[in-house]
Amino acid sequence: MSNVILSIDTSAGTSIAVVKDGTVLSSRSTPDTMRHAEIIGSFIHEVLSEAGIASSEVTHVAAGMGPGPFTGLRVGIAAADAFAFGAGAILLPMNSHDAIALEFLDTDPENNVAVTTDARRKEEYVSFYTGLDDQGCPIRAHGPAIQKPGEYIVTDSAYVQATEVPASWLGVLAERMLVAGRAFLPFEALYLRSPDVTMSNGPKRVVQEMRGGQK
Amino acid sequence: MNRDAPLVLGIETSCDETGIGIVRGRELLANVIASSMDEHARYGGVVPEVAARAHLEALRPALTEAVATAGIRLEDLDAVAVTSGPGLSGALMVGVGAAKALALSLDKPLYAVNHLVGHVGADVLGEEGPLEYPTIALLVSGGHTSLLLVRDLTSDVELLGETIDDAAGEAFDKVARILGLPYPGGPQIDRVAAEGDPKAIRFPRGLTLPKDMEKHRYDFSFSGLKTAVARWVEVRRDAGEEIPIADVAASFREAVIDVLTSKTIAACKDYGVPRLLLGGGVVANARLREVAQQRADSAGVELRIPAFSLCTDNGAMIAALASELIMEGAEPSSLNFGADSTLPVTDIHVH
Repeated sequence: MSNVILSIDTSAGTSIAVVKDGTVLSSRSTPDTMRHAEIIGSFIHEVLSEAGIASSEVTHVAAGMGPGPFTGLRVGIAAADAFAFGAGAILLPMNSHDAIALEFLDTDPENNVAVTTDARRKEEYVSFYTGLDDQGCPIRAHGPAIQKPGEYIVTDSAYVQATEVPASWLGVLAERMLVAGRAFLPFEALYLRSPDVTMSNGPKRVVQEMRGGQK
Repeated sequence: MNRDAPLVLGIETSCDETGIGIVRGRELLANVIASSMDEHARYGGVVPEVAARAHLEALRPALTEAVATAGIRLEDLDAVAVTSGPGLSGALMVGVGAAKALALSLDKPLYAVNHLVGHVGADVLGEEGPLEYPTIALLVSGGHTSLLLVRDLTSDVELLGETIDDAAGEAFDKVARILGLPYPGGPQIDRVAAEGDPKAIRFPRGLTLPKDMEKHRYDFSFSGLKTAVARWVEVRRDAGEEIPIADVAASFREAVIDVLTSKTIAACKDYGVPRLLLGGGVVANARLREVAQQRADSAGVELRIPAFSLCTDNGAMIAALASELIMEGAEPSSLNFGADSTLPVTDIHVH
């Protein structure tokens, strides 16, 4: 039976693709990091239409779980999860950096490559790969991690500073992992940062503040 | 699409509750609510990022449970509905992304609706049949304090007033902290207030002075009240006095409820609308329900309060509002709407 994979990644911009038996049938991508929720529906609709694939034919949904900035990242994961639920397809949670690495290494499988994406706040997400294994899947030796730019450096490595995560390559990798019987990730977004919260030290004094303000 | 009694699944993620509801026409089939309230307790209030993360995790289990409870097959749905706003942006986006994908996965139309009008829409699921219009609606929660004039649920809702600072539920949380009570504050204040004297301390009623009423006749303000309580407590604590927590709680609660109900009943009178609907999580407050009932009765106003599970944020009310839209022939939303954290109540159906 064919694997028909709907691949969704919003860890950078929004990228959606349909991959059937390892062949990319259609894809849509934008580097826009501000409009994931607006764009995602049309993109899913368009890739399915262009591929001539009915929703009910989708057997798997590949979800880029990050690393990525939280708010946008969640839109794609939520969409992937809900689509899989509705279509009765299998959800495949994956590392988004693996798709970037595969795009680079597929024509140069012996190379090393460091992959970074924007983590905002003057930081970046980083992963390091040492080529492809014999099933054509990237071998991740480090990461995903978060760092100041340039903190983790491998001197004899290629370096890809990505602004988009190609859902097409994510889907191709999903197919290879399915064929090779590889394990996918647990359903946990790769935020790599805790939520911004400060514990309360109890209520603020108001009387003192009023005096300080000389009222 | 069945427009007589559509089978609709609604997704609500505007704050800290992941709500999945399923209705058939005006019949409630499932109302699953997964709350992340416990995760916010140690911070003393809803943390948006914590809420958004929780939505993502809760979505699939809630969907699964709702479909099982309703005893439906997904392919039998007529439509999917979702809250587009108002609410916390990052939280809303989880629902919007999920709803679009779910609708597409099933080839079903999608309806994006307004959260606040959804609270009003919850009423149609009650046993007593839908409320007549026009009606005044008071929605009170941790995030909203809004007074609406609803001339028609699906086409004509006007915002008469809202809080200009803290929501009423937020004021309960903050005063609970001042009194050393845990989060969420509403039930805690309610519990200790039962033993207190509501007339012990005369706390201020926000925006009720004549000069304020000119500009803010139907608006609310609870920030000054909160500060007044804090000052009252601090002065006595500094003097080494025992704080009469029950009296403070009861007097504070009375101030909130007095201003909520008096402005609301005034709106009923001013607009000649003898109907009032309450909604939002603060409706759990027994004293609010009691005072609202008394004042409604003496003003000759019919008071409606949906079941509590339909008053807090929930997906059933979103499904119910979409169901009403569908029954009136409304077309589905496009696939291009987003999350709108400040969506006005006049935007009942987002295209």
